[in-house]
Amino acid sequence: MSSADITSERDLPPESEASAKGDIAPERDGPRDTGLDDASLHRWLARTWRTPRGIIGALSSVDHKVIARRYLITAFLFLCLGGLNAVVMRIQLSGPQRGLIGPDLYNQLFTMHGVTMMFLFAVPIVQATGIYLVPLMVGTRNIAFPRLNAFSYWVYVSGGLFAWVSFALSMAPDVGWFAYVPLSGPEYAPGKRADVWAQMITYTEVSSLAVAVATIVTVFKQRAPGMSLDKIPLYVWALLVTSFVVVFAMPAVMITSTFLILDRLVGTHIFNPAEGGDALLFQHLFWFFGHPEVYIIFLPATGMVSAIIPAFARRPMFGHLGLVLSLIAVGFLSFGLWVHHMFATGLPKLGASFFTASSMMIAIPNGVQIFCWLATLWDSRPVIRTPLLFVFGFFFIFVIGGLTGVMLASVPLDLQVHDTYFVVAHFHYVLIGGSVFPLLGAAYFWFPKITGRMMSERLGRWHFWLAMVGFNAAFFPMHIVGLWGMPRRVYTYPAELGWGNINFFISAGAVLFFLSFVLFAFNLVHSALRGAPTGDNPWDAGTLEWATSSPPPSYNFARIPIVTNVEPLWAEREALPVATGLRVDVRELVVSTVAEAHPDIREKSATPSIWPLLAAIAVGATFLYSIFTPWAIVWGAAPIAVTLIGWFWPKGDPEDEG
Amino acid sequence: MNRFAPIALVATIALFLQGCAGWQSALDPKGPAASELAWLIWFFTGLCAAVWVLVMIALALPLMMRPRARVEPLVIDADADNRKLRVVLTAVGLTVVILVGLTLLSFFANRTLAAIGSHAALTIRVTGHQWWWEVRYEDATPSHILTTANEIHIPAGEPVRLLLTSTDVIHSFWVPSLSGKLDLIPGRMNVLDIKADKPGVYRGQCAEFCGAQHANMGTFIIAEPREKFDAWWNDQLEPAAAPMSDEAKTGENLFLKRPCVMCHKIGGTPAGGTVAPDLTHIASRQTLAAGTLTMSRGNLAAWIADPQGVKPGSHMPVVDLNGDELNAIVAYLEGLK
Repeated sequence: MSSADITSERDLPPESEASAKGDIAPERDGPRDTGLDDASLHRWLARTWRTPRGIIGALSSVDHKVIARRYLITAFLFLCLGGLNAVVMRIQLSGPQRGLIGPDLYNQLFTMHGVTMMFLFAVPIVQATGIYLVPLMVGTRNIAFPRLNAFSYWVYVSGGLFAWVSFALSMAPDVGWFAYVPLSGPEYAPGKRADVWAQMITYTEVSSLAVAVATIVTVFKQRAPGMSLDKIPLYVWALLVTSFVVVFAMPAVMITSTFLILDRLVGTHIFNPAEGGDALLFQHLFWFFGHPEVYIIFLPATGMVSAIIPAFARRPMFGHLGLVLSLIAVGFLSFGLWVHHMFATGLPKLGASFFTASSMMIAIPNGVQIFCWLATLWDSRPVIRTPLLFVFGFFFIFVIGGLTGVMLASVPLDLQVHDTYFVVAHFHYVLIGGSVFPLLGAAYFWFPKITGRMMSERLGRWHFWLAMVGFNAAFFPMHIVGLWGMPRRVYTYPAELGWGNINFFISAGAVLFFLSFVLFAFNLVHSALRGAPTGDNPWDAGTLEWATSSPPPSYNFARIPIVTNVEPLWAEREALPVATGLRVDVRELVVSTVAEAHPDIREKSATPSIWPLLAAIAVGATFLYSIFTPWAIVWGAAPIAVTLIGWFWPKGDPEDEG
Repeated sequence: MNRFAPIALVATIALFLQGCAGWQSALDPKGPAASELAWLIWFFTGLCAAVWVLVMIALALPLMMRPRARVEPLVIDADADNRKLRVVLTAVGLTVVILVGLTLLSFFANRTLAAIGSHAALTIRVTGHQWWWEVRYEDATPSHILTTANEIHIPAGEPVRLLLTSTDVIHSFWVPSLSGKLDLIPGRMNVLDIKADKPGVYRGQCAEFCGAQHANMGTFIIAEPREKFDAWWNDQLEPAAAPMSDEAKTGENLFLKRPCVMCHKIGGTPAGGTVAPDLTHIASRQTLAAGTLTMSRGNLAAWIADPQGVKPGSHMPVVDLNGDELNAIVAYLEGLK
């Protein structure tokens, strides 16, 4: 390790002034960016940080932007597949006793819809957005653990393929995305369908944990000099809190799915009441993950809202500290609510009432966030462009979802609406309103950064209104049909219950909502090819990702910026102060202190490698094999070990030897 | 915000009125528990709607104002922000007050619900099966214990205690016009107290996903005046009616020789299977296959001839019968009033 040698036009903290050049042995040192002019600096960095050419090169990439783009496109494809599932289900439900599909396919469809939207779309896409934006926003050159990040993508893809190939073979899980035992247990779910559920969860959780770890370390240790805790953008805070929630919540579901597969494959009786096991234990474990999961999807979206609003309101966020504290409070409280998914299981009344109170309580920090966003907009008279339109849509829809959430928190009220279409309406208002609308806004907002072109504003407005009308037409009436007594997860219903007309209306809305995504996809492709070219900062926003070119170069920033304000680009209108002293012939980035972000050391960043892909293939094959026999763990250990040895093979750097 | 909102609203209200006559609706309460819950639902809905409207007004305000010249974004009017802070704190305070109020309201509603069944004289054990309900009327006298399926007769105006459990997967018992739902969990026993104010038929169905035929797992609560209920119970304790016609006698013989007898019970005959619904008085029920078909000669024949077509995935197997045999069995079952 060598101590930092960072200089700039600005006053720097004394320790960087004090760092003597003498302590770095000259023979180990290469050329630095200090004395280079812009053109030669660019040449050096482009050569050092580029993704190698060719197929092998592409598969070896560890550039966070490349990985994130792949994640975003893959997750969008899964969204389309999950949406098609939903359209087929809605056609089946558009009238009573329709015979388009039978129960066997319907049950696979709604399970795949849930699994795809939760595990293959929502969580990956919010994490992918973070993979792209967090390193740019904190002003560093790559995400921490870039190879782990690449590995996470390959594991995610193999999990998604695994699930969808199973669906094509008609062996997709048909026990719901929650897969309650005993229905998913060995006795009532013969065949491999429930095993596919259990192992698919494991794939996606491994990848999601890997991204969470990389994100946490990037935020804690790689922030640009000067970006102390109070200057971290709200979006980055949201991703940080989310990543911690991932780290604590995901192991619960991995335990759940592993216990399930043990019961199914090894013959344990963990969930079998006849042998002293407990069926309800599954639900506690599952929802201990399942409720935080909602916030894993929602919190990053609040970060997007917190990034879009200041840019259009043209002022820093009102109540920045309040928003940060709310995020952290929501992160903690999200672990104390899981029982409100289980009110109908007949838990002791006193215990259930405690969870009414805790579920109500989480509305307070969420309320604080909403009030602060509104207060930011109040006297700002914003210019309304598509990203802001989607934020308005978020308010319109998410607030309804939040308020019906308050209704569900009440134990007695929940007993009437639990597992009915009212709940279906509620969580689509929360998840689509709270996460998909901000994501769509974010797509319009950051698209110019990713591609260097603007998205069509005209198509964007059409898209927004089509989505708004389609969404509300599809999901609002579900509240009503749920109160009329229609349960969830039914493949058909009798005509005499009078649900036919309203279901037809819902299905028409669902088709409209689906079409809005077709329009969006067209806009994405059209704008990527023909959109108006744009500069670095088309919205005149204040955070660091807008300081670099659009699209950003492989090394993100030619010189590492120094941060003086929570909106650094607004504070430094002429030119950002920069830190210099990093080597240009090897991949180096600044590691800074956690609280104050003092530049601490120069650290190497991993080079491209094919081993993460090979490791992911070995891991994926092991998981796949393990739905057939527990011995897969033993046989799979050898190839995994080989790939990990290849991955971590010493490079012979003096740093590694020390 | 949404310029189509009025149209959507009108359409929704029209749909709403159209479907209001439901007999399986939480908004159409027919018992004390459901009435308390319907009141709670309307109160929460009203309050939440008011909050939503306020938030939307707060959102719409800045859009109404004229755009002003762009200023340097970091120059902030401190007085304006102090005013905002006061408004935000007030809003947060109001949120806390509303949430505490709703929490207390929900506690008290729960107490009211718990009090409904405190004097229940009648206990019925409901066991969930894939995909039907076994209903057993408990009584101190063993010969008065009655087992039937799918349709639950209760005396109107009296609280009834249901003991809920399951022998296979988790189900949930839900008759929205009478009360909220409660799960039937293998290895556990849940207690649900219900009461119907007036005689009537109230439909319910399984509310926890339980496999292929979750959608066709209906149940009926049939509330009757006390004397009618007692008479029904006595009738049901009788053994099955002897077949009257030759065809029905043939049907009885076929029933006892074919696989039917392996799963079904018919009181007064050697048929004693317990894994499928008790058929002793099947013709006295209003529906077949847990509310899937109405009771009729044609539907009985359809269900026996093609159970996998009527209810795909159901555990009722296809029994190989020719036309005459089918007719005979149907004639026999039809006589089991």
